[in-house]
Amino acid sequence: MDNPETQVNIENPNNKSNSLWISLKGQLKKFLSSHNIGDFIFERLTLLFAVLVFLLVILMGYEMYVGSKISIDKFGWSFLTNSVWDPVQEIYGALPIIYGTIVSSFLALVISVPLSIGIAIFLSEVSPDWLEKPLSFLVELLAGIPSVVYGLWGIFVLVPWIRTDVEPFLSEHLGFLPFFRGAPYGFGMLAAVLILAIMILPIVSSISRDILRSVPQSQREAALALGATRWQSTKIVLKDAKSGILGATMLGLGRAVGETMAVTMVIGNRAVISPSLFDPSYTMASVIANEFTEATSEMYLSALIQLALVLFVLTIIINAMAKLLVWSMERKLGTR
Amino acid sequence: MKFQKIISVLFLTVTFSMLSHAQLQLNGAGATFPAVIYSKWFDEYKNITGIQFNYQAIGSGGGIRQISEGTVDFGATDGPMTDQQLTEAKSKRGTDVLHIPTVMGAVVVCYNVPGISKGLNLSGETLADIFLGKIIYWNDAKIKKDNPKLSLPNKAIVVTHRSDGSGTSFIFTDYLTKVSKNWSAKVGTGTSVNWPVGLGGKGNDGVAGLVKQTEGSIGYVELAYAVKNKILYANMKNKAGNFVEATFQSVSSAAEGAAKNMPADLRVSITDAAGKDSYPISGFTWLLVYKNMKDEAKAKAMVNFLKWSMGKGQSFATDLYYAPLPKAVVKMCEKNINSITTNGKKIK
Repeated sequence: MDNPETQVNIENPNNKSNSLWISLKGQLKKFLSSHNIGDFIFERLTLLFAVLVFLLVILMGYEMYVGSKISIDKFGWSFLTNSVWDPVQEIYGALPIIYGTIVSSFLALVISVPLSIGIAIFLSEVSPDWLEKPLSFLVELLAGIPSVVYGLWGIFVLVPWIRTDVEPFLSEHLGFLPFFRGAPYGFGMLAAVLILAIMILPIVSSISRDILRSVPQSQREAALALGATRWQSTKIVLKDAKSGILGATMLGLGRAVGETMAVTMVIGNRAVISPSLFDPSYTMASVIANEFTEATSEMYLSALIQLALVLFVLTIIINAMAKLLVWSMERKLGTR
Repeated sequence: MKFQKIISVLFLTVTFSMLSHAQLQLNGAGATFPAVIYSKWFDEYKNITGIQFNYQAIGSGGGIRQISEGTVDFGATDGPMTDQQLTEAKSKRGTDVLHIPTVMGAVVVCYNVPGISKGLNLSGETLADIFLGKIIYWNDAKIKKDNPKLSLPNKAIVVTHRSDGSGTSFIFTDYLTKVSKNWSAKVGTGTSVNWPVGLGGKGNDGVAGLVKQTEGSIGYVELAYAVKNKILYANMKNKAGNFVEATFQSVSSAAEGAAKNMPADLRVSITDAAGKDSYPISGFTWLLVYKNMKDEAKAKAMVNFLKWSMGKGQSFATDLYYAPLPKAVVKMCEKNINSITTNGKKIK
């Protein structure tokens, strides 16, 4: 049905004398006979969309750079190394805020990833069918809860629990470490880490589960046939799924870095660098959300946009690192 | 077929009637604090005149930016524009921007001290020292001095403050700047400042939540929020040396106290105002309008609305937990409203 001849009926008898037209027509005919016009349009259209995404990223970066020009010119690299954030004196240093963002996200990963992998292994390898369906559903449901709801839960349930039980316990038994010292407010880095861990849990675990499932059944059967225990066969499956799980982890990290509402509700919102998890901290996304609406001076606005630019670049770096890791792992697996 | 005709005739009449009543619309944006009374005003005013005012509560910063860019017909802010912002707006728009105070708000100091269920008295310097992290226990001699009857516990003070930029923080820090040299040197006034100590909560509810949950804490919220939610707050020592409870009367009397020395452009802070009944942490919220408007119909609508808001409009204030403007201030506002022109001509 895709006969190219039927689509090239564009001959115009009046112009037959025109040699240019003939040569053009010949080329067109040749082109159309080798291409399906629908396919051609489809191909170019999707290419356009793909390029649009690329342009959008560049444009966003450029706009943020332009918007933060005043601040970049004034502070330069000291924006990243100075730890005073003072809108009254118009001195902007984002170090404690960057620190807060990275530490809270990283610690959330440390808690959440082992749990998520455990959940994923149970769901894909161990769980009987009748249990697996409702459990998967619940895990996915967690991913759909709006972050402000997590925040409210954090304020009214998690924070009081941390204040009355967790922090006194930690400072009593592990108080010799600098991480567990100070007054137990409840609000602070620890609360933010825990809430972030809960929030990224469903993403990491449901993607990991899908990845484990995509490992061919024959792998498991082969392992079991060779006399492997269930744990040994699971280890083989995990090895195959390693790069995918890493990708899932990085997606979780991306969510943690950008999370705003729930974090700002429990983190205490103070731009300080403190080793203690009991102390308040601050993250980039929270600062922007908190201060943007009332930022009246140009420099203030510019500094906030520069903060957004730093967050943007940080996200790109995280994603690039994830891609590199996955890629190098795949290569290792390939050459094995 | 007949049915279709009827419908099309109906449609036509509806469209025509809409066209003939081509509605006048004014757009504005700005502060969130007065948004409740503004939407009430605009609603009431539309019922009377049919003129529609749209208001977006995007924050004072946005209000100031948009009026400077000319994307709105009016703006609103909780903190007055600076001289630099005014000159910038004038050079961009070719006309002055006027500040018209509309209603007043106050900031109250809320606390959670075990064993104290009412009547905590605080002076400005003590409050500043607490928020500077200099006074760290509730039974400090300075707090005791103002509260001889209360038995203050030996408990650490947990300072809480707003983490989001807000007019509430502006009024609060403006007050501390006026009453404490240390505060003005180290921190200063702003919608967000570099707080020396404490935990930040988002919004009035965030701070109130922190205070409610944390024993020994102190914080500040809008008077309206505190009244609505029955939150305990302290009496503040005013300039005359009296401890005053924040009420709509004591807030209005602060404006009265400040009215005598008010500059003509009405950009004024009334924290730490004179007068024996004045509550010291009070402030105006302003509408920002162009002094000269190009669109005659809009200019007329704006002026008439502003006049209405100074008269009938003020009567809605207390029901919505705002303090109304005292008469002396209304007079000054009306003078400024009357100075608005359209294309250089007076508005009749």
